[in-house]
Amino acid sequence: MEATATRNKRVNKPAKLGRDVQARLGQQLRAMYDEVVNQGVPDRFSDLINRLDAGGKKDSQ
Amino acid sequence: MPMDESVRKAVLGAVPSLRAFAISLCGNVDRADDLVQETLLRALANIDSFQPGTNMSAWLFTILRNHFRSEYRKRRREIEDSEGHHAESLKSQPDQYGHVEFREFREALARLPSDQREALILVGASGFSYEEAAGICGCAVGTIKSRVNRARTRLAELLHVNSAEDFGPDETTRAVLASGGE
Repeated sequence: MEATATRNKRVNKPAKLGRDVQARLGQQLRAMYDEVVNQGVPDRFSDLINRLDAGGKKDSQ
Repeated sequence: MPMDESVRKAVLGAVPSLRAFAISLCGNVDRADDLVQETLLRALANIDSFQPGTNMSAWLFTILRNHFRSEYRKRRREIEDSEGHHAESLKSQPDQYGHVEFREFREALARLPSDQREALILVGASGFSYEEAAGICGCAVGTIKSRVNRARTRLAELLHVNSAEDFGPDETTRAVLASGGE
């Protein structure tokens, strides 16, 4: 945090974002998102769907 | 109800991305997982209203997003919006987010207005088109485009980046490089 503050003392201009900056932000965003996606399906949810599915099959028999 | 195998597969397949979206919305893994669970229960109870051949993922995202809006925001009305609240809740639970490298980015993301944040995530991370994102958020395509643009500009401000060099060889870049190498 402190490093960020000292690293960027230059003045921000309200300019349009360059493509390179947009690309970097996009990469960072996807990396963060994919970190969760790559955890796959937690047991909690596969169990839940199995349970609902099994319940449905029982009911329909 | 008995579940069609293709429906079951599509629902399961959407869960990882639903979780990522939910975490980005509410900023808390446990609450996000509850939100995903409630979404699945609602979706499967109303599976007849899903139109076969349409995008299951977009349908589930819509349910999750609407549920989040109506329930969670209502519940948190008294403390929400002081803009920094979401960010503060992130700071107090850094361990929930795994890699510390993303902390700075997550905190910046959390400071965005929620409509900008969700638009940016849907288009920039979940991989939905502007049209699909507009459908999920119940607004015009142009609205999504302008929210995404404003979100990017604000993120760059919060992260103090004006050009690609500003990313520098710091932890942000290393995180990107590390994750790109997997």
